[in-house]
Amino acid sequence: MTYIAKPKFHHPGLKKNELGYTHRDYEGKISTLCAGCGHDSITASIIEACYELSIEPHRVAKISGIGCSSKTPDYFLGNSHGFNSVHGRMPSVLTGANLANRDLIYLGVSGDGDSASIGFGQFAHSIRRGVNMTYIVENNGVYGLTKGQFSATADRGSKSKKGVTNTDNAIDLVAIALQLGATFVARSFSGDKTQLVPLIAAAIRHKGASFIDVVSPCIAFNNHAGSTKSFDYVREHNDAVNRLDVLVGRDPIAVDYAPGTVQVVEQHDGTRLALRKLDADYDPHDRLGAMTFLQKHAAKGQIVTGLLYVDPDADDMHEHLNTVETPLNALEADTLCPGSAVLDKINASLR
Amino acid sequence: MSDKKPISSVNDFVVRFANVNGSGSASANEMFARSILRHGVPVSPRNIFPSNIQGLPTWYEVRVTEDGHLGARGGVDMMVAMNPQTWDKDVAGIEPGGYLFYDSTKPMPSTKFRDDITVIGVPLTAITNSTYTDPRQRQLFKNIIYLGSLSALLDMDPKLIEQLIGEQYKGKEKLLSSNVHALHLGRDWALQNLKCPIGLRVKKSDKVGDRIFIEGNSAAALGAVYGGATVCAWYPITPSSSVAEAFTAHCKKYRHDPATGKANYAIVQGEDELASIGMVIGAGWNGARAFTATSGPGISLMTEFIGLSYFAEIPAVIMNIQRAGPSTGMPTRTQQCDIIACAYASHGDTKHVLLFPEDPAEAFEFAAASFDLAERLQTTIFLMLDLDIGMNHRLCRPLKWDDARQYDRGKVMTAEMLEEGRDFGRYLDVDGDGIPYRTYPGTHPTKGSYFTRGTSRDRYARYSEEGPVYADNMQRLVRKFETAQDLVPRPLQANAERPTKYGVIYFGSTSPAMDEAIGLLEARGHQLDRLRIRAFPFHSSVASFLAEHDFVYVVEQNRDGQLRQLIVNENGIDPVRLVPILHYDGSPITARFIAKAIGDHQDHLKVTPLRKAVS
Ligand SMILES: Cc1ncc(C[n+]2csc(CCOP(=O)(O)OP(=O)(O)O)c2C)c(N)n1
Ligand code: SF4
Ligand SMILES: [Mg+2]
Repeated sequence: MTYIAKPKFHHPGLKKNELGYTHRDYEGKISTLCAGCGHDSITASIIEACYELSIEPHRVAKISGIGCSSKTPDYFLGNSHGFNSVHGRMPSVLTGANLANRDLIYLGVSGDGDSASIGFGQFAHSIRRGVNMTYIVENNGVYGLTKGQFSATADRGSKSKKGVTNTDNAIDLVAIALQLGATFVARSFSGDKTQLVPLIAAAIRHKGASFIDVVSPCIAFNNHAGSTKSFDYVREHNDAVNRLDVLVGRDPIAVDYAPGTVQVVEQHDGTRLALRKLDADYDPHDRLGAMTFLQKHAAKGQIVTGLLYVDPDADDMHEHLNTVETPLNALEADTLCPGSAVLDKINASLR
Repeated sequence: MSDKKPISSVNDFVVRFANVNGSGSASANEMFARSILRHGVPVSPRNIFPSNIQGLPTWYEVRVTEDGHLGARGGVDMMVAMNPQTWDKDVAGIEPGGYLFYDSTKPMPSTKFRDDITVIGVPLTAITNSTYTDPRQRQLFKNIIYLGSLSALLDMDPKLIEQLIGEQYKGKEKLLSSNVHALHLGRDWALQNLKCPIGLRVKKSDKVGDRIFIEGNSAAALGAVYGGATVCAWYPITPSSSVAEAFTAHCKKYRHDPATGKANYAIVQGEDELASIGMVIGAGWNGARAFTATSGPGISLMTEFIGLSYFAEIPAVIMNIQRAGPSTGMPTRTQQCDIIACAYASHGDTKHVLLFPEDPAEAFEFAAASFDLAERLQTTIFLMLDLDIGMNHRLCRPLKWDDARQYDRGKVMTAEMLEEGRDFGRYLDVDGDGIPYRTYPGTHPTKGSYFTRGTSRDRYARYSEEGPVYADNMQRLVRKFETAQDLVPRPLQANAERPTKYGVIYFGSTSPAMDEAIGLLEARGHQLDRLRIRAFPFHSSVASFLAEHDFVYVVEQNRDGQLRQLIVNENGIDPVRLVPILHYDGSPITARFIAKAIGDHQDHLKVTPLRKAVS
């Protein structure tokens, strides 16, 4: 299936990654989102992560739902196929695509309305199934595209731009993802590229359901005083548990980490995640501990960020289903069709 | 005792079994039907299972029909009344002169019977209890014992039943011999204590031929296996669940890699129908052959995605095993009531391809074909079965497969084609058939990628809200639908012996009842040309058929004449000339119903019947 061709010619001065691709090869169309939208920063981080991982851009399938956030796959990896599907249903479309071809990298992009409101069920079930994907929610606490209504991740007591107070409890997708058995769970902030880029890279290299909740302020409808998803609020309440570096191949572990504060996690595919721990008690292998840690900090009004949980030996939906290694979409009649002789036997058994 | 002459008939009668669900009767009843087939006599059995009546009564009706009329007949000649709860209704339902078979272990007051029927009591419980002590055995063998008694009463050859038992319990000698023993217990008791045979008799014939006996859902699932489906996503709903279950069973047998044991398929039970169709569309987008099976309520949930499949042009196959609606309706009863819901499913201007198989053989063929059509047309294909075909064993021609057949994967642009410099416009009509090329995700590093969306875009998949660009695309979709007309199964026409101004259109599970009704109508002197529609969009021969006849009856199993509406709408025809013949009480349509409705209308038209000369 893979077809290797030279990437298009670029200015010789542009830096190239291991595969010879430049940063530009990972870019997409010009964003049409509002200037300053948090989602655009996430786009930039996705581009950066893919560049650094030296992924062949066309081997990524970008799938999204509907919303400002779900439009972003058009703005990165222009040589990948993208699918802007229907509102709240990215997870099922991604699951189906993954069933059809297990060889591609699946990047699911969604919004908080898309995943916590209309698509809450699909979010939950795709994670339960252990679909091998990177599921990113660009979480601004509002419906950006329909102009600022509260979404289900809006905190109770937070104020909308029009001055309405949200009286419903918020859904914390990270807590739910942990509970549902996601094997890679992280949270970050769109404005924190240094934290976000390695998280995305690690999630892509992780086999199994990876989930990243990225708080991403909506400049137009949710960046005012009283909002708990504004730039200022998140900067003030961000409590990072760790900083991550993703080491692919034979990269030595960066030397500047003092021993004792660095934890190295080796994933299935040989990637090593170097976690510089900021919180000494934090253990990213303890699902239960992560859940408690999260709740404790939430009660104090803190937004915990970083890699909250990872199971480096996770398996995925294809292993559960025992599917063949060859992508199902590449199988032809010679493999799939039992043929007329078998049919004759079936007929005989039905008389 | 009876004041009506007992019905006397060879190879042409209806036996109905009234049972309690879970009593193990299903396999004995099916064995009864199969054993008649082994006599060379066609049968047409039907399961009747209300969804929510306490005690879960179930009925199994076997129409024995030497003439091969496989539609429901109506009426019951012999009732095997094994369920005390439904006794009164069951006894009342027997035709005058008919027979009542019951367990006479406990005496029944005479008021519980009728004067105009023959009552046959066999002390089934007493025989069972004196032979078996284990409660489970008692329950199971009681069914075989009544099968044995019936074999004597109906003059059946016990060797043929033994043969079936032998096949069923091959390799399980103990079970085999104990079943044969039970069969003879019942048979011998009847031979010794009752007048055998009764007026209803099974006589060996040769009318079955090489036909097979299979449920439509199982055949459709097998069609999916043969048609190359690799992804199945579904959510349980009667009467469609057995499609996915059969697909699972078939795949376990025929779709595992012999070397590694790995599955050449993936089946996922979704969390609902939205997820099921979402997965199908994701898989279709990514180049796998994918399907879901559902029924009315599931179709309603799927409609947003169906519109996406139409507009973004993604192959998908939906098997809709129709049941009586609206809402939960009568979930275990049959109807053809989702024609409009599927033909125009989703918001905006949409139209979809529907296939209407008449029996399991066509369900197999059309199911396999639907994957070719879905990939060729890059859209949703509906395989429209109903409960009557789907959940009943039906006698049909053997399934056939041509080993030379390759799958039609449609217009897919490969990396090589892109390298050659072929112009790729995802929504570009290159040759006038309205069908554009697509690429699979991951095809080429720099060429052929595109952004799939449900929003408007130009021929090169670039977002656009320009009116002319949108309209251009919508018109191409119409052209594509016109192309579909010549790809889908054509209508089949059968003309009356004499030229006639009258015609009848029908489809799907109405077929056997219609074929039988034609005979009844001819006997009444009415000549009708027949057109069996097998797909939507309608082939041009539908319009010609309408033009050639003054009046055309449209026979269907729904209240609103949905196929008729579709014909009127799509052909711009004067509705007065299309006479609806509608059956929609949830029972399968019968020849008697059709012949009466059309016959009465013909009489009303004051057609002088062309009675056959009496010799
Ligand atoms: C079935 C359906 N209902 C409603 C909408 C309208 N709609 C479009 S986007 C959206 C909310 C998006 O919110 P979110 O996922 O948080 O994305 P954001 O724009 O905030 O990034 C809604 C309600 C729709 N497209 N489809
Ligand atoms: S409305 Fe909000 S979410 Fe949408 S683009 Fe503008 S800033 Fe971003
Ligand atoms: Mg949002």
